[in-house]
Amino acid sequence: MKNTHIFAIKDCALITIATGRKAMNLAELRENLKDVGSDSIYHHFWGGLLAPRFDEREFHNDFAGWARHSLREPELAERLAAINPAQGQDMETIRQEILDFIDDRMDQNEISHWMPAARQFEFLRSQLVVFDTRRRMEKPGDLAEQIPKMSTSSIFYHFIDARRRMKDPIDDFRFWLTGFGVEYDDLCAQLAAIDPFFSSLSQIRQELAELFIAYFEGGTI
Amino acid sequence: MSKLLDSFAAITGPDVINHLRQLAESLHGAKVIHVNSTRVGGGVAEILEKLVPLFNELGLDTSWEIISGGADFYQCTKSMHNALQGNHVHIASPLLAAYEQANKACAETLRTKLTEAEFVLIHDPQPAGLLEHCPDRHGKWIWRCHIDASHPYRPVWKYLRGKVINYDASIFSLPAFAQQLPHPQYIIPPSIDPLSDKNIELSQEEVNRVFVKFDLDPARPLLVQVSRYDRFKDPVGVIQAYRMAKQFIPDLQLVLAGGEASDDPEGEAVLTEVREVAGNDQDIHILLLAPDAHRTINALQRAADIVLQKSTREGFGLTVTEAMWKSKPVIGGDTGGIRLQVINYHTGFLVNTPEGAALRIRHLFHNKQRMQEMGRKGKEYVRENFLLTRHLREYLTLLLSLRHGNEYRIDLS
Repeated sequence: MKNTHIFAIKDCALITIATGRKAMNLAELRENLKDVGSDSIYHHFWGGLLAPRFDEREFHNDFAGWARHSLREPELAERLAAINPAQGQDMETIRQEILDFIDDRMDQNEISHWMPAARQFEFLRSQLVVFDTRRRMEKPGDLAEQIPKMSTSSIFYHFIDARRRMKDPIDDFRFWLTGFGVEYDDLCAQLAAIDPFFSSLSQIRQELAELFIAYFEGGTI
Repeated sequence: MSKLLDSFAAITGPDVINHLRQLAESLHGAKVIHVNSTRVGGGVAEILEKLVPLFNELGLDTSWEIISGGADFYQCTKSMHNALQGNHVHIASPLLAAYEQANKACAETLRTKLTEAEFVLIHDPQPAGLLEHCPDRHGKWIWRCHIDASHPYRPVWKYLRGKVINYDASIFSLPAFAQQLPHPQYIIPPSIDPLSDKNIELSQEEVNRVFVKFDLDPARPLLVQVSRYDRFKDPVGVIQAYRMAKQFIPDLQLVLAGGEASDDPEGEAVLTEVREVAGNDQDIHILLLAPDAHRTINALQRAADIVLQKSTREGFGLTVTEAMWKSKPVIGGDTGGIRLQVINYHTGFLVNTPEGAALRIRHLFHNKQRMQEMGRKGKEYVRENFLLTRHLREYLTLLLSLRHGNEYRIDLS
């Protein structure tokens, strides 16, 4: 998104693609993780928000869920689950964090290398098709009216995908607001405090709507 | 006019439909052809029946063609189906010859259309051989596999792989079904049509009529499994589970409701076996329903207290989706697409044995509040993820992806 005073509301649709890579134990997971495309790692952290999945998830990334339920490695699962990509690390940093936790576990217990998983892990990636909704926001106050009308996939594009698109990993709303100078710094700070990792997209939309309505209209929805 | 899309808006909300329209804009006028082997019976035909008009309403120029053949062709493709699901099935040369011949003959009829189309979607193994008969094709060809191909019988898969290897992409219902192929393998779960006769809301009077029609007692607990008479659906295992549960719930009734698909020559043998196992138990109702008995199936699913789908192999299990849409808890086999839908303690239970199914049947009848809660969660889960509108969106996204390349982000804006 260009840093102009007009905010173009876009939307997106995601399609999942199998990479053909599969792991049946921790050693195979590690081997694949070393060089699987960063798109795949991104998908296993964020793709679930747009793919068919039960909302009440126990783990918020697929690696942690697999470690817990298929490898029966609860300690590793907890460590992997604590990796939070919303904090701004790029996918290569995330990849190294995952590998470090796996290496720690493998150092502790040699048997864990080859213990067969109950179900194989399939490495997936995704493609995102982005299109223009032709809706525009001309001033920050429009956020209060427009956010509740945005689709969840539009929220994904502007609030999550933006962090991967931008040089600085921030969402499109903050990027736009900073174009107005320091006037909205306090609002940007509140936006930065919304952690998208533990919410569904509809919950994120709700949080954003509440924030903008409270800020611009002094009310609640 | 887009009456069909508008009618979906009442269920999904208008935003979902607007989203589809915007996504489809740049595909306006694209020629799309779907090819499968039957217009009636089975999940594929049911999906295409609605998907094709919806593609058209969104502005894509879409048609639906059928490949047909003689008894040997259907015997061959049924064997391929079983082999993809893991059965060690030898397919004799004369059957393969019938398969080749049917594909060749179909290509003769459809060649001009297939060659000119921008996108050709070939469903399942039956028409997979068409591509090699269209050497001058212009468009992208996509092989859509609806079958659980996670552990295919290798000799048959090797033959079929030779047919699909030159496609531009393939689609599988679940990641576990994807195979080693030299083209992108998209993952698209199937869906149900909430407005079809099989899923539309029914009056209580209409539901009550199935109790009368099939001599069921509405005051007694009822288990229902709806599926073709196919060994992979494990109807015998369902009867065993029912018998074990009935020792604790004497009033229990069971309905096995099977349809017939015109491309399934094995159904009769399985039906005979099921009838033998059921014996003269008056509380087991084995129904053979006509392919168009959709409202009856709908009513039976709504009449059930618990819906079973105790498959040992399953492409996806649309009957599970249908049951969840009707707010029923589902006890399903721990396999294939059932795993994506039945979430233990949330929408139902996954089981691996008749004993496991019997235990969960007893558990649910002793926790009726949990049954209601599971039903509520199941319906919302389907609304978010497994309605035809989501399926349509993913097809459109796939077509755009094939048209625009392999980058993570395709920006049409």
